[in-house]
This record gives sequence, C-alpha cells and structure tokens, in this order.
Amino acid sequence: MGLENVNSGFEVMDQPLESQMTLSMGPQHPSTHGVLRLDLRLDGELIVKAIPDIGYLHTGMEKLFEYKKYQQGIVITDRMDYLNPLGNNLAYVMAAEKLLELEIPERAQTIRVLMCELQRIASHMVWLGTHCLDIGAMSVFFFCFREREKILNMIESASGGRLTPSYFRIGGLMMDLPAGFENRCRQFLDNFLDAMNTFETLVTGNTIWQSRTQGIGIISGEDAIDWGLTGPCLRGSGVDLDLRRDNPYTSYETYDFEIPVEHDCDVWARFKVRMRECYESHKIVRQALDRLTPGPIKADAPKVVLPDRDDMRKHMDSLIHHFLIVAEGFNVPEGEVYHAIEGSKGELGVYMKSNGGPKPERVHFRGPSFVNLAALPMMSEGEMVADVVAIIGSLDIVLGEIDR
Amino acid sequence: MGLENNIWESLPDVVTVKLDAVINWARKSSIWPATFGLACCAIEMMNSVSARNDLSRFGAETFRASPRQADVMIVSGRVSRKMAPVLRRIYDQMPEPKWVISMGACATSGGVFDNYAIVQGVDKIVPVDIYIPGCPPRPEMLVHAIMMLQEKIMNDSVKDRRDTFEEESRRSVVPGTLPVTEGTALERELEAEVAQNTAARPYSVPSRHERRKSS
Amino acid sequence: MSTLLEFVDKLRAANADWVSDVKDSLGEVTVTVPREAIKDVCGALKSEHGFDMLADLCGADRGPEEDPRFEVNYHLLGTKHHHRLRLKVLLSEDDPHVNTVSDVWKTANWHERETYDLVGIIFDEHPDLRRILLPSDFDGHALRKDYPLRGYEPYSLS
Repeated sequence: MGLENVNSGFEVMDQPLESQMTLSMGPQHPSTHGVLRLDLRLDGELIVKAIPDIGYLHTGMEKLFEYKKYQQGIVITDRMDYLNPLGNNLAYVMAAEKLLELEIPERAQTIRVLMCELQRIASHMVWLGTHCLDIGAMSVFFFCFREREKILNMIESASGGRLTPSYFRIGGLMMDLPAGFENRCRQFLDNFLDAMNTFETLVTGNTIWQSRTQGIGIISGEDAIDWGLTGPCLRGSGVDLDLRRDNPYTSYETYDFEIPVEHDCDVWARFKVRMRECYESHKIVRQALDRLTPGPIKADAPKVVLPDRDDMRKHMDSLIHHFLIVAEGFNVPEGEVYHAIEGSKGELGVYMKSNGGPKPERVHFRGPSFVNLAALPMMSEGEMVADVVAIIGSLDIVLGEIDR
Repeated sequence: MGLENNIWESLPDVVTVKLDAVINWARKSSIWPATFGLACCAIEMMNSVSARNDLSRFGAETFRASPRQADVMIVSGRVSRKMAPVLRRIYDQMPEPKWVISMGACATSGGVFDNYAIVQGVDKIVPVDIYIPGCPPRPEMLVHAIMMLQEKIMNDSVKDRRDTFEEESRRSVVPGTLPVTEGTALERELEAEVAQNTAARPYSVPSRHERRKSS
Repeated sequence: MSTLLEFVDKLRAANADWVSDVKDSLGEVTVTVPREAIKDVCGALKSEHGFDMLADLCGADRGPEEDPRFEVNYHLLGTKHHHRLRLKVLLSEDDPHVNTVSDVWKTANWHERETYDLVGIIFDEHPDLRRILLPSDFDGHALRKDYPLRGYEPYSLS
C-alpha cells in the first residue's frame, strides 16, 4: 500500500479559490454538543449546504424497552436526554399510567411538577453555559454550573442520583421528599434571582453577544411548524404553543405562569425565550412548594405499585404483591397511547403500545432535539461557519435524545 | 532555613536525581485531556472541571480539542459501533506518551446497554489505563482517577515508551473507511479505491502500545 | 373527544374510502387509513382541518407471524385547536411500501428515514431515503422482532 495511497484520494485543483470545500465538522468537536457530524460544503466562509450526520450515539434503547418490564424501562429513560432525565422519566411513566388508567394522588403530582421545573432550570443552565462557551464567553460556564450543582444536590438528596435519578414510578414517586428539602429549595430560590441577574448583566446586555446572535439562524413561524419545531425554538419564532398550558398534564393547569414568546425568529429570540423560561420555572417551583400537603405519594393499585417496606414485612398479601411485581411484572391492558410533555427542549412524546403482557410491544420516543436538528440545514445555509456554532447552541440539542 | 543550609553545605552544587523521576513528575503534573465526551458521563466530566470540583488543580488545566495536543483521552460515555472507528482514529492521532481513562460503566463494559449497538467495553478498541465504574460516576471519582493515573505515571519508566513510526499510524486507518454519509463524489471515489485494495480493513496493524509493559 | 370524532366524520364525508377503521379508547382516536389514501388524507387534514404539525411518525413491527406485519403511525397535532389525532397504515411483509408525506410536512423527512432504518418500511418518492441512525453498512433492520437484541457478532476492530 505505501504512503502514496494516503494522499491520492484528494482532487488536484487548478483554481483552489474557485471551488468549494467540503468540511466534515465532528463527530469529535468541542462545539457540537455531543457526537454530531456536520458535512459542510463551504464557499469560503459561507455555507452552501449543511448535512447533519447522526447515529454516533445510537444505543438501541427502543429495542431494549421491548425486552424489559415496564418498571425496568424507567432506568433506561434517564440516559436518553441526559440533561433532563426527570422529564424523560415523567413522559414514560405517564404513558404507562395512561394505559393502566391509574389516578395519581395530589402530593405526587405536586412533587412531580416541582422536580420537573427544577430540572428545566438545570437543563437551561447547561444550555446557557455551553452556548456561551461556544461563542467565547467562558466565565458564564462556571457560574451556570455552580447553580446547577445546587439543583443536582437537591435532586440527589431526593432520589439518590445526580444525573440519572429515576425518581418517578408508575403510579407515583419512588420515595417521599427527604426532611430539609423544602428549606434547601427555598434557599436556592432566594439566591437564584441574583444569579439570573448576573447572567443578564454578563450576557444579555453585552453588545458582543447581541451582535453575534441577532439576525442569524432565522426560521419563520410557518416554517417552524412545518419542520415540527417545538419548545423554545418554536416560541422564538412567534408561535404560542406550550403543552403545559395547551395539553396540560400533572395538574399544570392549576399553576399560574406565563409563556414567553418572541417574534424575532433568530438565535437572539430563542435565547431570550429560554432566559424568561427560567424565571417562570422559578415561579412555578415557589407555587408548588407552597401547596405541598402531606398525603400518599403512590396510587392505590396494589398490583402495580410497590407497597411500603413496613407493610411488606408485616402483611402477607403485600409481600406477595411485592414479589410478583418485582419478579414477574404486572400485565398492562392491551392498547396504544401517545403522551407528550413539555420537556426543556420541546415536545417530548412517548408512543407506547402494549399487547397485554409485562413488557411493552413498542416504545417510541419522539425526541424534540431529533426534530429540531432536521431544521438546521435550512437555518444555516447562507451563514458563516462561526454562526453554525451559535445556531447549534441555540437549538439546544442533546445527542442522547437524537440517537436514542 | 536550617534544611537548606545543611543541604548546600553537605552536597556539591549539582543535585542528582533519577531522570525518570523528573520526567514523570513533569508529565503527571500537566495531563491535558482531549475532549472526548460522548454522553451523560461527559456532563459529569464537565461538572468535574467546573468550580466545585476543579480538575485543573491536578494539572488537567485545559481540555484540548485537537488530539495532537492532548495527553489523556477520557472516554466518557457509551461508544456505539458507528463511533468506534472514530475513537480509534483519535487515539492514534494522539502523540506519545498517552493514556486512556475509561469513565463510566458504558465505556468500561457496555454498562446498561447489552445490545447490538454498543461496544461492550472500550478496551476492545484502545488500551485502557484506568477504569472508573459508575453510571455516571461522581465528579470526585474522576478526580480520584486522575490521581491514580498520576501515581501510575510516577511508576512508569522512560525506557518503555517509544513513539510509533509514522507510517504505522498513518496506515492504521485506511482513508475512506470511516462511516461517512454517502453522497459526496470525493467519498465515492475513495470508496471505490479502497474496495480495490485487498488489505482494506481498518486497523489491520495493531498499535505498538498493546505490546508495551503495563503496571 | 367528540370533536375528534367530528374530524373523522368530515373525512368520511369527503371520501368514503379514506377511513377503513376508527378506534376510540383512552382519550385518543385512531383512524386506520388504507395505504393508497394516506397522502390525500394528510393533505386534507392539514389544509382544511387545521392539523398543521406532524408530531411523530413511527413504525412498528407486530411480529413475523402477524399479517399485516408492519404498521406506521402518524401523530398529528393542530397548533390552533390543540387536538391530536392518530392515523395508522397497515402494511404486509411482502410489500412494505407506502407513500411519503414529506411534501405535506417537511418534518416527516427524518422520521421516515428513521422508520426505514430501524423497521425497514420503504417510503416511495422520498427525496433522500437512506439510513440515519445505524451505520450505513449495517445489515438488517434492528427493530424487527426477528432481529436479536445482541446482534449477530460482537464488535471487533478487524
């Protein structure tokens, strides 16, 4: 073979400045937020064509779900969108509860809302930190992760895992909130507004930031709906759609919050939508904390929900139920259901089909990042290479969710 | 003060030390990782770099994007079959001396995912120095792993490591065999050319590092 | 819920062939559409009845003994009236072809590529039907019931 083979694949160009260059950006790249590969055809610095190439993190999760019992699948959903694991858990668990037609007690619903909104703030902190890091503002990354550490501490105290909590169960929660959680949460909320003030001063008011993010990555409202964008990407293009208000779930209709919508359709608009969402989530967490009342955290369905450990040690039927649920699983009635929640990235949907057994027949996750990324070629053609980095950051993609 | 007076009186003007100790001390104090964050463990790696658990205290000052400037590759996350040749290529592009830390259960052994899509352990592809269990491991575990790697480096000897010959590493990935999107004319030509050569499998030449002494 | 069934009635009124089966359970309405009519049905639902977003398109394999073996589910969402509807197309194993809807909603492009990649359903007149998640030299379709979970051979470099 020899050395001459290595270079003979390249075209020899007479007029190198007249032709276009193909640049393969990724999969190992600091700014692509994971293992994403972009095939860029460049005319100088301008992008003529951009083709995303995904699949470098394909884990075969949808096939794994078919081989695991319903409650075992909760653990796998954590690893999908790893910045919003409680959201994945919630979508999966609610789809199963819809199939089983369970009724969730009120305290469990309140805690679910609380944890989901805390998770949304944590996810937006990573988004802000990495977006700023890509564009060049490195210190914001450290401030964002400091706030995130506080939230991860709280989630860890409740569920045992920082990044993979698996806190929700089919029928309620894994465990009740620990003692001292409310105080820590209130303390975090009190300091959070100061932190957001810091970010506004450092980033939003910064002329460099504004000139790097305004006017790029434009997608109009009708195009956004056609491409299936959801979440902050859609709301940044002027379309007022939020599943927490429009298709409410887990008692979201009883909370008082606003949906931020911007009409500029560019990276700047999406940035502003996400920043305002942090404030709204902060409001919702306060409301949820105020209305926490003691009560049961699991539904009344002994064949589906694990009994208390005390109960299990004292009563024979609880022991039998515990054994059967863990060893054999519970049979879910036949049917199919599609349940969508508003995750931090957009509409996170689960299509679950059951054939009457303890394992699902088909589970499909509609990942919002998968759909949002499909619109990237349209948004980035005509922009320069450095702008593609900003656009990817504003789409807030997570490759675990795209490749599943 | 007293110690320095004693030393300078009793010893000549040159302080002798083993070459190994000096070189290893320099190497362990500035291990620069290459960014190879794949999945959830990458977020914990980012957490270990951020202000609370500061990895740069241990010398991992900057994460170099280019593997040519990096010392250690922290494989954090699950390695899918499509990504495996890319992993090997990045490893080959790193200059000696280099180390690999396999972070998390998925990189160590496939983790939760025992199926068609995930490579069951990154040590099937690259030689690993430190394994970190956990799903995901806490940032403190990554810090401990860097400290263990530093101890391992101190026990290394300069005699064991040599640079690979350039031809070997250049031939170890045949151009056109990485999974690329079909479409560009350039790639089609390369594929046609590769198909003609008989020895066209990637990585037919094992790396020299697999033959080195490991402690 | 009753409004969803009204949509079904309007579809039936437009063309009786378009609706072959309606199922209404768990708060959702599933309309089974014969595969020749899927594009017309989608076009009508988008332009006249306000279902302007395709939330999800996924394929499923019912098992090698079932006939029809494959099914494709289309989940539609209307951004103004916030209603959801599911369309289902049943396909047999020896002819897994169905018309693409990527000219009705552009988002169907990647969803159909994923369905082709994992289940093996071929979408006619798709602009770019190739594998998206699995490596391009992968043999077989991973989400079929007869494809083993662990695949056929462990990964090795050579």
